[in-house]
Amino acid sequence: MNKVRTIIRKEWAEVFRNRMVLFSVAFLPLLMAAIPLAIIFASRGSMTTDQYGEMPAQVETFCPAELSGGDCFQVYMVSQFMLMFMILPLAIPSTISAYSVIGEKTSRTLEPLLATPITTLELLAGKSLAALLPAIAATYISFGIFSLGAWIMIPNPAVFAAMMDARWLIAVFLVGPLLSLVSVNVSIMISSRVTDPRAAEQLTALLVVPLLAVFFGQFAGLFVINRELILYGALFLLLIDAILIFLSTQIFQRETILTRWK
Amino acid sequence: MIQTENLTKRFGSTLAVKGLNLSIEQGEVFGFLGPNGAGKTTTVRMLASLISPTQGRAVVNGFEVGRQDDQIRRSVGVLTETPGLYDNLSAEYNLRIFAELYEVRDPAGQVEKYLRMLGLWERRFEPTATFSKGMKQKLAIARALLHEPKVLFLDEPTAALDPESARLVRDFISELRREGRTIFLCTHNLDEADRLCDRIAVFKTRLLVVDTPERLRQQMFGRKVVFHLRNLDEAMLSKVSELPFVSEARMVDGRLLVTLDDPEKRNPEIVRQLVMEGAEIQFVGELRYSLEEVYLRLVRNDGAPAT
Repeated sequence: MNKVRTIIRKEWAEVFRNRMVLFSVAFLPLLMAAIPLAIIFASRGSMTTDQYGEMPAQVETFCPAELSGGDCFQVYMVSQFMLMFMILPLAIPSTISAYSVIGEKTSRTLEPLLATPITTLELLAGKSLAALLPAIAATYISFGIFSLGAWIMIPNPAVFAAMMDARWLIAVFLVGPLLSLVSVNVSIMISSRVTDPRAAEQLTALLVVPLLAVFFGQFAGLFVINRELILYGALFLLLIDAILIFLSTQIFQRETILTRWK
Repeated sequence: MIQTENLTKRFGSTLAVKGLNLSIEQGEVFGFLGPNGAGKTTTVRMLASLISPTQGRAVVNGFEVGRQDDQIRRSVGVLTETPGLYDNLSAEYNLRIFAELYEVRDPAGQVEKYLRMLGLWERRFEPTATFSKGMKQKLAIARALLHEPKVLFLDEPTAALDPESARLVRDFISELRREGRTIFLCTHNLDEADRLCDRIAVFKTRLLVVDTPERLRQQMFGRKVVFHLRNLDEAMLSKVSELPFVSEARMVDGRLLVTLDDPEKRNPEIVRQLVMEGAEIQFVGELRYSLEEVYLRLVRNDGAPAT
């Protein structure tokens, strides 16, 4: 465990000197918190109660019966953007992993590291956690900022409670870390094939595409993300993570790294 | 300290190391010479338990490669071909990471010891990106020594260094030898190998030869003595050629070049013979072939006996 801690500290000391990494870890969470807050601010009192009946049918699924039409619209709009919080656990680990793994390749620091008594699992765990922890922390902080802002800006506690629906708490606190793990493992696998951190980052960024598809699918009214769907999603990600962890440990072998990672 | 039996490594259909048999004693500085792509780095990687052999066996410091890899990594130090330092991090932090990974008992103390020993203490907080090649190489050597390994693998330790830095590194290797460490030195610098190594091996996928530099010279070229004479002529050459212990005598650039087995014993007889023939001898010296000539002959002939 000490060696894992050493690797994490080393990774952070290195990658956080990179402006690109710092930007993505510090700025993205603020942006993701600001977008739904801006929606709350912009949609304050924008609709009256009697307009409720003209809204799309899927809006009703977001609203408890006691909310007015305007309140309900606000909850609907914010809920659409809650999915954007899932971009953080996907984007941040890929940025960190891309630099930490390919950085080792290009500066030829992996061989001295592998010559130490560290096990492959410890090294992989250290590198994965170094990318995973900031992503999870950034997601939680971002969600925390949003929650605090929403609590201040929304006078009606029922609206606030509707926004903080259990499905989004499950998404942020359970699906988020699982998505981060997908991102880290995919980054490590991509890193074994490419030599440029930017190429790895761009390839890993493609992971955001399915998330955007879900976002636009819900926005277009094709489906509604409910608690069951999120839980099924979490189970699916758990399975994907298990497969990816197995694959990345197979790829991340001392001999493979030294002789094939060029 | 290091024993290998039929050590072999294949990468797919490529044979990188073929049936290597070596036995290296404790405290020995062992030079491992060979052209680029000969399999030197692959050999070091196998002996340092970084990659596994395809066939054969190797025991390093009493531990068997492939079975006791963790113990091997704890007891050997490896200086890789390139320093491989974290350029954004300070010299002190670079060493600190490795002291922790090697589970050194007093990481701060060991880091200080080697930074001071190699003259880097004053610049310990500077990022290594600002260091010269020589300083980086010294830092990489310090990193390989933090856990006080009994066996050191040094892959091209003075490559790309200026003469002053190279000398500093060589002096440091000599110091390590005095401490009784076993050093496995891969180098292209034959003068360095000649000066530092107790024995050398010439390697090109397979072991071509292994011996002390001096004995290799003798095996390849025999011993040659040069006689500088003021008045060398054919008669003198003919008289010396007739001596039974002389293998060959030639005139080269006005000097007499004699090949023989035991110059210490036979030189007085040759001198006597030449003086009797009226020769005015200016001086006598042994012609010493460089290790480079030995190496090139071996590598070009692929280890076959010299022609």
